[in-house]
Amino acid sequence: MSQNLEPTPSQTVGPFFGYGLPFPGGSDVAPAGHPDAVSVHGFVYDGEGNPIPDAILDFWQAAPDGSRAGSPGSLRVDTSNGRLLGRDGVRFTGFGRVGTDGDGHWALRTFAPAPDAPYLAVCVFARGLLHHLFTRIYFPGAPEDALLAGLSPERRATLLARPESDRVLRFDVRLQGGEAEETVFLDFG
Amino acid sequence: MTSQQEIDEEILEYAGVRVPGGHPSRDYPPYRSSGLRHPRQALTVVTDPEAVELYTPVFGAGDVTALDADLTRQHSGEPLGERITVTGRVTDRAGRPVRGQLVEIWQANAAGRYVHRQEQHPAPLDPNFTGAGRALTDAEGNYSFTTIKPGPYPWGNHVNAWRPAHIHFSVFGTAFTQRLVTQMYFPGDPLFAFDPIFQSVTDPAAQQRLIAAYDHGLSVSNFSLGFRFDIVLDGPSATYFEEDHQ
Ligand SMILES: [Fe+3]
Repeated sequence: MSQNLEPTPSQTVGPFFGYGLPFPGGSDVAPAGHPDAVSVHGFVYDGEGNPIPDAILDFWQAAPDGSRAGSPGSLRVDTSNGRLLGRDGVRFTGFGRVGTDGDGHWALRTFAPAPDAPYLAVCVFARGLLHHLFTRIYFPGAPEDALLAGLSPERRATLLARPESDRVLRFDVRLQGGEAEETVFLDFG
Repeated sequence: MTSQQEIDEEILEYAGVRVPGGHPSRDYPPYRSSGLRHPRQALTVVTDPEAVELYTPVFGAGDVTALDADLTRQHSGEPLGERITVTGRVTDRAGRPVRGQLVEIWQANAAGRYVHRQEQHPAPLDPNFTGAGRALTDAEGNYSFTTIKPGPYPWGNHVNAWRPAHIHFSVFGTAFTQRLVTQMYFPGDPLFAFDPIFQSVTDPAAQQRLIAAYDHGLSVSNFSLGFRFDIVLDGPSATYFEEDHQ
């Protein structure tokens, strides 16, 4: 690196992001009714097991063909009135964003990640969380990569989405807890 | 409920602590809501050069229009308050510009009131101000917003808790690892010393990086006061690996 600038510190997303960050269709990474679409859903919990109604999750994943290049068009603005439209239902952008509901629940509709990039990357923000947290959602049958291989079975289990019904997976995020409960969060250095 | 004096004493216990990058510790007791919302287990280090997180979502001309960066023109009338121009440059730690990336902001109005149903303190809403904006950085990493200066507002952390005036920022880098949500503050705010969220950044040098600079050259004659807020994103990207290992 030519310079080594000091970074801008993180601050909490606070409680009032609801009119600033969510956008229509943020959870619809895959179009509704697409035969390959999978729904992933769950709750975000605090250290006492209470659901958190003011968290927001960003999702980022490789395209079904493994490409990590991404594509624009997640937000799309109506140029006539400035309203956010969201996606066009055709282009896969790889990006999703979902705020938790009043009961701490979130749901995302997407495609199963590519075998050579077998997870959804997740960035968690919440009121009370001063610096975001990264985690990953691995789908059932994902090949064991370096991260999973390095974890104890009970820690690994926190990163594995659980089949709930046909094309529906469950994944809860626990911000705080014992080894078996707390979600594995990641440090990329 | 806790008094300001008790919070001040707690803030003092952590003051001056240097944390890598100057980021807040997620476990910062003076900010009460952090208590049950920070991990207790150590984070797991990932060094995989193929990681999806070394790449990042892409946004384009269809996602943001030029008008989205002007928060004073979202309604039929002019919002109340002090009109400001907020400009800055987004780079990585090597000083490389983050080009064509999404910068999102949200804020309270001039009276310190958010357009959010959960916020009910008795300050007026402004029918001509919502307080959310978006911009894409240009080829040099620059962004610019026109908005109004937000007011300070009370909150429930302790008795007589007031947030210094701030604008919330959400920024994407050249990698998902560089994702940042932060708050921009205004120079000389008398509330800095009392605010556990600002003080969660315990290194004084790092605190300064959260405060915009008044920049007279950015002020627009007969229109707005100018503030500069440059943003440096932490964390690796795929290009780091490519360029550093050549
Ligand atoms: Fe705020």
